[in-house]
Amino acid sequence: MAVSLKKTPLHESKPEASAIKLLFATGPSINTRLLVAVIAATVLLVAEHRGPQSGLLRTSLSFFTDPLKYLVDLPSGLAKQAVDFFDSYASLKRENKQLREEQLVRQTQLLKLEALEKENIRLRALLENSFKLGEQVLVAELLAVGRVPYEHIVVVNKGTRFGVHLRQPVLDANGVVGQVFRTLPMTSEVMLITDQNHAIPVQVNRNGLLTIAVGSGQFNSLVLPYLPSNADIRPGDLLITSGLGGTFPQGYPVAVVDDFNSQPNKPFATITATPTARLDRNRELMMVWSKAAPVPLTANPADEPNPVTPNE
Amino acid sequence: MNDRYHEHYCGIGRVVLTLVMAMVLRILPLPPQLAAYNPDWVLLVLIYWALAIPERVGIFSAWTFGLLTDVLTGRMLGQYALAYSLVIYICLKLHKRLRRFPLLQQGVFVFSCLLLSQLLLFFVKNLQHPAQLHGTFWLPVLSGTVCWPVLHTLLRFVHVSKRI
Repeated sequence: MAVSLKKTPLHESKPEASAIKLLFATGPSINTRLLVAVIAATVLLVAEHRGPQSGLLRTSLSFFTDPLKYLVDLPSGLAKQAVDFFDSYASLKRENKQLREEQLVRQTQLLKLEALEKENIRLRALLENSFKLGEQVLVAELLAVGRVPYEHIVVVNKGTRFGVHLRQPVLDANGVVGQVFRTLPMTSEVMLITDQNHAIPVQVNRNGLLTIAVGSGQFNSLVLPYLPSNADIRPGDLLITSGLGGTFPQGYPVAVVDDFNSQPNKPFATITATPTARLDRNRELMMVWSKAAPVPLTANPADEPNPVTPNE
Repeated sequence: MNDRYHEHYCGIGRVVLTLVMAMVLRILPLPPQLAAYNPDWVLLVLIYWALAIPERVGIFSAWTFGLLTDVLTGRMLGQYALAYSLVIYICLKLHKRLRRFPLLQQGVFVFSCLLLSQLLLFFVKNLQHPAQLHGTFWLPVLSGTVCWPVLHTLLRFVHVSKRI
């Protein structure tokens, strides 16, 4: 019976055959099955809505789905490797020279920075204020995984195995990219600052004016909706992270304010800014860990840690 | 007896393989202009198998692959599982009639299935928090309907030639 059914194509199969199969099918009816499935899905939805973002179930299922992400990324990764392989000696040499020069310049800047940092720590110690030291970074690579276009969420190839955690800030060479939105063992998802559901506390570098930059849903623009129309802000101002809210470390560039026309008749100004990070072009991102231990107030580092640790 | 079991599991293996391929297609990186049109391949393949071999691909398979799709696309767990199991339920209820429909009429049915699934996803998203959605959210329904005849032909080829 079963064999004869298998040899007939779909449209010519005898209706009784499948009817008999269904008739003798063991297990509950499909109405019951649907009820069970719907209840199970609802329970999961409610649990997810209330509980943490990444549970045990998601983690274990990700062992099936994460390989697919790596598989999908394979062609573009291979293409990149091929390009590297066929890069000419001359261009590599040129690039090497350029990088060397750049490194030299950066090194000298760093020397100065170190001195400045020390000075800053000393001054803050005088003010009885603690100071957060620099951050630790890990380079993560973007996985070329297609996502829904109306959400600005990207997948990177570092997960909880590398110690990536929720709400971890992500930067690139030019500025803030976003924050970790969901972690899995082998991959994690990063919400970009331009996502419509993302907001980042910023301050104007020139005068310290605090505000919040909200994503606009476009890769090249952020919106500053909470500024009064008489705020001291000009086109070309650099916005840096303010460190408020505790997610992003202070002082990283976020965006540059676009041209705008002041509208004195409205209570709030409509101002947009262009992110400094190259959000749609970068493949390498930096995951940042802030060093939680503050520098002690006294000059002697062997002293016990400062009790007035800022929780921010 | 053993032979039949072997055949059974072989067939199921091929069905699972097509579904995994659909999941890969689902997250294929596309140029941004095209990405909005990427249809819900997993649901389309599930609909085909539910119509073709309803005794093997049922609500629980739809639920499982829905859950995997949730993890794959980074949605809330249970969202796709809910949508897929409801759509496949309708397919199972109507499969005898639908198998006899010409492709055009099947297309209308597939369109309504995809629309139902997308509506459920929208509903869940809205429950979570009032969502502002772009118009492109609904494009996969149209592109999925357009892709249906091609997918149907391909899967039918797999189905008939491999004697699943």
